[in-house]
Parts: sequence; structure tokens; C-alpha cells
Amino acid sequence: MSSFDNAIRAEFAKILTVRMWWVLLIILVGYIAFLAVLIGAIFGGLADQLEAQGAPAIPAATLPPLVYSTASSIGYVFPVLFGALAATSELQHKTLTPTFLANPRRLVVLGAKVIALATVGLVYGIGALLGSVAPGAAVIALTGGDPGLDVSDTWALFGRILIAMTLWAVVGVGLGTLLRSQVLSIVVVLVFTQFLEPILRVGASVWEWTASVGKFLPGAASDALVGASVFTMMGGSGGGPTVQLDWWQGGLVLLAIAAALTLIGYLVTWRKDVT
Amino acid sequence: MTTIEITGLTKTFGPVAAVSDLTFTVQPGLVTGFLGPNGAGKTTTLRMLLGLVTPTSGTATFGGVAYHDLSRPLSTVGTALEASSFHPGRSARNHLRVYAIAAGIPLERVDASLAQVGIAEYADRRVGGFSLGMRQRLGLAFALLGDPPVLVLDEPINGLDPEGIRWMRQLLTALAAEGRTVLVSSHLLSEVEQSVDRVVIISRGRLVHEGTLAELEAGSRVSVDAPDRAALAAALTAAGATVDAKEDGIQVSALSAAEIGAIAHRAGVALSLLRPEQAGLENVFLDLVGDSNEGSGS
Repeated sequence: MSSFDNAIRAEFAKILTVRMWWVLLIILVGYIAFLAVLIGAIFGGLADQLEAQGAPAIPAATLPPLVYSTASSIGYVFPVLFGALAATSELQHKTLTPTFLANPRRLVVLGAKVIALATVGLVYGIGALLGSVAPGAAVIALTGGDPGLDVSDTWALFGRILIAMTLWAVVGVGLGTLLRSQVLSIVVVLVFTQFLEPILRVGASVWEWTASVGKFLPGAASDALVGASVFTMMGGSGGGPTVQLDWWQGGLVLLAIAAALTLIGYLVTWRKDVT
Repeated sequence: MTTIEITGLTKTFGPVAAVSDLTFTVQPGLVTGFLGPNGAGKTTTLRMLLGLVTPTSGTATFGGVAYHDLSRPLSTVGTALEASSFHPGRSARNHLRVYAIAAGIPLERVDASLAQVGIAEYADRRVGGFSLGMRQRLGLAFALLGDPPVLVLDEPINGLDPEGIRWMRQLLTALAAEGRTVLVSSHLLSEVEQSVDRVVIISRGRLVHEGTLAELEAGSRVSVDAPDRAALAAALTAAGATVDAKEDGIQVSALSAAEIGAIAHRAGVALSLLRPEQAGLENVFLDLVGDSNEGSGS
């Protein structure tokens, strides 16, 4: 399988020889660090005042997962965006021509791209975790809370966050292959993740039957996989505790979405004539 | 050495036939021009040959093997298709490095190819800032990456300055002299006529001529004149030539200058003029492809 090995190394070379990957990574880490500090400070620092005024406060044990999981619950848009840009870049710049000339086995090339971008998703996950945990734990500790870094559940959470970020990058590859256009991909990713899906998830939580469908939305599945998120904290009070999938079910749903998008992308774009 | 064989190649887009039942071979050791006006189906043919476009029917092979089945594609066939298949943010060296890795070609070939096309000094510049001529050279460096026995180049002279055109012609001739199979497409005969040994001409997706330029020129016009013009015209007509009397002489089609001289000699007519037309080849080409609007561009 040296051909597959070469294909994977070539996909890594494509990613690493253009600035995009580290520009997005720096923005991701900075953004997540900012949000982790903000959320940690609000819920940690104001907990006493909220309690004094009789407002519902967050139990001390749930604050660290809430802060740390911003890495994926908010940061997931970065791997999906990068995956989509990496896939559409080949069409945008017509580099599918040299790519398929160098390796005419197109399925092998797509498989290599998925593996390379899943790795980038993992790296983005590590970066986002550093962004959320390092400053987040410091803020929680400063405001008198327990960062929970010596608890095995916290480290299991980190592991699930890394799985989620890895899968999101593959979702991006599938989406980009399917949509073909760079601009369209950016618009679809941003509109869906930042606007459409949040509305759908809130809307779906109103009735029980819509909630049972809504939990299969990619963002909901991802939050179920990770097991904690700002979104489920806020939405959970209305819908009750049963609207979420188990963590492994969430992971499988996200994996299925990634696989389905990539397969459809292969069939409608990747296999077609390159002109 | 590797021969390109195209057999019954056909591609239809809906009701439109872009390429119809095309059959020709490209021999090693020669530069073969693949000619035809824009839209004749040249690029579609080349993309089918390279496995990028799936033919509706027919086959295209390199030494009997389809591109898709080549075990080391870039080391068998070097290709320069268009001057825009680059990521603008990647340097020239990294562009080649990516595909060298993908094709399992030693990375030393990257700098060697850049040097061969004369852009080694721009190796670390991003391709986005390259002129069309530099992109053409980088495209050619991609084709040479695997030091392949076969080269397929689509309009390689497009965008080159006169010095670059001369360089490209010398390179093509040198590559063929090394025994390689060289196929070069162009929509202008004049662009390649100095460097090609054979031509394959297509028009509206169909083959209209395959052979040497001399064979093509045999059908071109010759200007001839004599003090006794009527006797000359009669002798030529008797010999079966198509004669077109003009103010300043007689235009003869389908005969070479040597044949006309022989006919005049046998008829005892002294010639005052015997001149193969300079624009003959281009005219024959335009007659063949049936589009006199073509070739007016630079």
C-alpha cells in the first residue's frame, strides 16, 4: 500500500504548504481561550451573587466541563470549515487535474484526504482544548472553584472532544466535495452552524416528537458525544433530560453524517469528468 | 519506447458530439502536432487520453496501457494541460513537491525540473504572483517531473514571449531526439510548424489529416507564370491540375513546384516564375478545418 502512503503524505504536504491551516488554528485557539475565560468568569465569579439573589446557579461540578467543552461546542466550526476549504480548494484552483494525474486512483486520493484532514481536526481539537483548559482552569481556580483536572471524568471529556473535532473535519471534507464551491461552502457552514441549527434545535425541543428528530442534528449529536456544552445547558432546561443521545450514539451519528456526505460527494463530484 | 494509441475515441455531452470516432497514433522520437481550431475537441481528447474525462466509447493507451492503469503515471507520461492548475498560495517548489510525493518521485527531481525550465530562481515564490509565461514553464516542469518517455502538452506555447517560444521549440525537438514521444496541441499551425515532424489535425471532433507536414503541403498552392501564359495553363490543365489564372500569374493547387516545372519542361514552355506560396500551409490547414475565421489571432 505504498501508493496509499504516498497519497496520504501528499495530502499532508498540500495542507502544510499553504498558510491557511495555522491561520485558522491561531484564530481558533484565541477565540476559544477568550470564551473560556468569559464563561468561567461569569459563572464562576458571579455564582455567589446569583445565589444571593436567588437566581439559579450552576452547580460547582458542572462549571469545568462547561468551560472546557467550548473547545468543541463552539470551536467545531473551525475543523468543519477547514475540511470544506481543503476539499473545495482542489476544484477552485483546478488542482484536481494534477492531483488525478499524479494518482489516477480517485477513491485512494479521497481516502487519503479524509485521513489527512481528520488528523488536522485532531490537531485543532488539541489546540482548542489548550485554549479552553489552560485559561479556563486558571479562571475557575481564581474564582474559588475546583478546575477538576485531577478527575478522570474530565480527561474522558477531553478525549471525547478530540473525537468530535476529528469527525467534524471529515464532515467538512464531505461537505466541500459535495458543494464544490468555496464561497458556497463557507456560507453553508456559517449559516447552518451559527444560525440555522441553533434555531432548529431550540425549535425542535418544543415538542417531544420534534426533539426526537432534533437530537440527530449534527451539532446536537456532537454535543451528545462530548456530553457537555453551553448549548445543552441553556436548551436543556426546557426540553428535559431525555432529548439527548448517549455519547457513543452521538459519535456514531456524527460519523454517519461525515461518511454519508463524503460518499455522496464522491459520487456526485469526485468521480465525474475533470474539465 | 511508448506509442500513444487512440482508437475510436468518442465523447458526447448530451446531444453534442465533442469528439467523434477519433483514431490515430503518436510515435516515439518525433514531435507530433495535434492541431485544430478552438472548440475542435483537442482538450477533450487529451483529457480522455489522461483519464480525466471518461470516453463515451473508444480507448486511449500508452504502450497498450490506459492512463488509469499505469503503475507509475507521472514517470510514464508527463503532462502540461493548462496554465491555471495551481494553488496561488503555494510556492513553485512546494507545488511540484506535492505531486512528486503523490507519485512517488524522488524529491531531487523537483529542483532538477525547475532548473530545466529555467525558473529555479523563483522556486520559493508563491505561484499567485507568476506571469503567464512563468506558469507555462512551471506547468512544463510538472510534466518533466518524472522524466517520462511520453509528453503530452496542451498549447504549451501560449503566453510565451518570442524568446520563450524559441526555447520551447528547441526543448521539444531535444526531447523527441532523446527518443521520447511528444504530443503538442495548438490551434495555430504557424506556432508549431517549425518544430513538429508529424501532424494530427481535427475539426469538429473528427480527424481530417494525419501525416507529415510535407504531405500536407503537397496539397498547397504554387504560383507559376510564363511569357506564354495560355500555353502554360493549357499544359497544366492537360496534366490534371486545378488552375486559377490571376493578374500576376497562375495559381496551381495539388501539384508541387517540381511537378509543375516538369510539366512545363515537357510542354516546352519557358517559365518566368515558379514559387510555392508562403501562406500555403496555413491556407491548407484552414481549408481542412473549414473555418477561415481561425488563425487571425496572434
